Amino acid sequence: MTSNAAVHAVDLGKAFGRRQAVRGVDFSLGTGECLALFGPNGAGKTTLLRLVAGLLKPSAGSVRVRDVDMRRDAPARSAVGLVSHQSMLYAPLTARENVEFSARLGGVAEPASAARDALASLKVGDVADVEVRKLSRGQQQRVSIARALVHGPVVLLLDEPYSGLDESGAAALTSVLASLRERGAALLLVTHNVAEGLALATHAAVMLDGRFALEETRPASGFNAAAFSAGYRAQAGVDRG
Amino acid sequence: MLAAAWIIARKDLAVELRTRSAFLSVLVFTLLALATFFFAWDATSVASIDLAPGVLWVTFTFAGMLGLHRSFGSEAQDRAIDGLLIAPVEREAIYLGKAIANLVFVGAVLVVALPALAILYNLPLAQTVVGLAPVALLAAIGLVSVGTLFSSMAVNTRLAELLLPMLSLPFFVPIVMASSQISARLLAGRPMSEAMPWLKILIAFDLVFVVACTIAFPYTLEE
Amino acid sequence: MTVPAPARAFRAPLFDWFFLLAVAAVGGTLVRILAFTPFEASQGAAQKIYYIHVPAALSAYLALGILAVASVMFLWLRDPRADRLAVSAAEVGLLFTTLVITTGPLWAKPIWGTWWSWDMRLNLTMFLWFLTAAYLVLRGAIDDEAMRARFSAVLGVLAALLIPFIHLSVYLFRTMHPEPIVLQPGRPRLPAEMLTTWSMGVLAFAFLCIALIRARYRLPDGRDA
Repeated sequence: MTSNAAVHAVDLGKAFGRRQAVRGVDFSLGTGECLALFGPNGAGKTTLLRLVAGLLKPSAGSVRVRDVDMRRDAPARSAVGLVSHQSMLYAPLTARENVEFSARLGGVAEPASAARDALASLKVGDVADVEVRKLSRGQQQRVSIARALVHGPVVLLLDEPYSGLDESGAAALTSVLASLRERGAALLLVTHNVAEGLALATHAAVMLDGRFALEETRPASGFNAAAFSAGYRAQAGVDRG
Repeated sequence: MLAAAWIIARKDLAVELRTRSAFLSVLVFTLLALATFFFAWDATSVASIDLAPGVLWVTFTFAGMLGLHRSFGSEAQDRAIDGLLIAPVEREAIYLGKAIANLVFVGAVLVVALPALAILYNLPLAQTVVGLAPVALLAAIGLVSVGTLFSSMAVNTRLAELLLPMLSLPFFVPIVMASSQISARLLAGRPMSEAMPWLKILIAFDLVFVVACTIAFPYTLEE
Repeated sequence: MTVPAPARAFRAPLFDWFFLLAVAAVGGTLVRILAFTPFEASQGAAQKIYYIHVPAALSAYLALGILAVASVMFLWLRDPRADRLAVSAAEVGLLFTTLVITTGPLWAKPIWGTWWSWDMRLNLTMFLWFLTAAYLVLRGAIDDEAMRARFSAVLGVLAALLIPFIHLSVYLFRTMHPEPIVLQPGRPRLPAEMLTTWSMGVLAFAFLCIALIRARYRLPDGRDA
């Protein structure tokens, strides 16, 4: 079944030895959509993200991004941007050098100006020439996000991007993500912050023990964070019981 | 693919230039080793021209290994390697980029080590440097091709510092043997034809292992 | 929540008839070496080590050949059984190469007057010892099963590519620096009785080698080292 979905997962599973980290995950994410993924630690959210990114090989099922297997097709990877727990930055290099490097690898025509713009959009343009190891955690996080966005990806995989960000950083990030989503990018957002996640989301899901335990589509009036949290806790309680 | 490899190589060299600590340590180690062998040498029983080749290539091997260590260390920190893996570049380009950067690193050490050897061991300076440079390049290619692959593996294991030498040294032996034999003949002014068989071994080694390690490299990345 | 591994209804025995037969074959050979083979005229008692040394070397090559092939198989098919075969062959190979490089000097000293020399086989076997030891150390340093199998298979294949270069280098070195050897113990033109003992040794050791690999392969893996 071909699909023009941005991300399409069918019966996706991943086992590490005998531990089943992800199992039986099916979902389809279209352009301009944002799936917010919640769940306790160890539920498999990071593993799922890495599977979609092509960093891990599925043990079962398949996942395709824009109908392409990320693991096989190198040029197609330019469509994807990844923000993960670690910064993926080179500590001795400056913020600008890191983002420019990412731009060059991503095939951007003018890496220097693209890097400048990316850093500015995350409000870290003023520390562009500071070595990353000298930046605060929050600043590093923003540089890392700039690194992920600089080559203009249309599918964004974000693993707790809000962690370490202060209010202004979080606001800048939400604004950047919202505008990307409006321009047709698809977002897969893993977060612990229910309010921030639901603000951007068109779909929400809770992951428990490797599976999707709860899935909701955004109602016209918007998500009700409190109700969603209650549903989440109930699910988690049921499964742990 | 070569373009991507070059971008990665430049990045590696930029990181190295920014910190400089690894390069300086390896350089100091090399000079120290050359000097230590010099102090241990009884000039009355062994001619310098007999000793120098062996000293050079053994020192080169251990120094090379120290340098190779840092190759994937910077990628492991903060999982920078993920940035490379998710980029639209082939896995082989990552290998070639890092190998090129390592080659430049090792080459830079040799630029200092060869004259130092000539001076310390009373060899004709120009002849030594010019004569040994091609051999050094071939030896460096062999060292770097195998070492880059193994440092990619070692960084994922416990005992990384022990494992890299354990894995690499058996592979460096043909390089050391061939380079020593060729160097000895060059320094003694022997005809090239005597060194030919060893030269062929060295070139064949480089060809086989550059190809084999490039193919093997993707297997050393996460799955 | 993990699913417990199903209990094995039947576990293949480690030390079955095949193994016992192999042990008997080696035992029989040893008896023959000691009691029923005449002393070699010029070398005396020390020469008898030869009947163990060479067969052990051939068995070592056999084990390590299996290691190389199993490594290729694993990279191609990703079958964990190939990985198990590889590590079994490696451990047995280490055993036999250790035997070779310890018996070698024991024989060389009385015969050649020197513990070590540029003998081809001895040096090649020493290399195999180092490579096999490195292989096992590598495995011991990785906890992740899949990574362990992949990395050691890569090492196995590269080591196989290295062997011709070692061989060539040692050969070339040796032909340029001929050893002054008092005697020339090479491939034997042995009289019939000695040849029989020698052949028995080769077969018995090969038999034992296969039996040990088989037993090791069947060892249940708590942590397949």
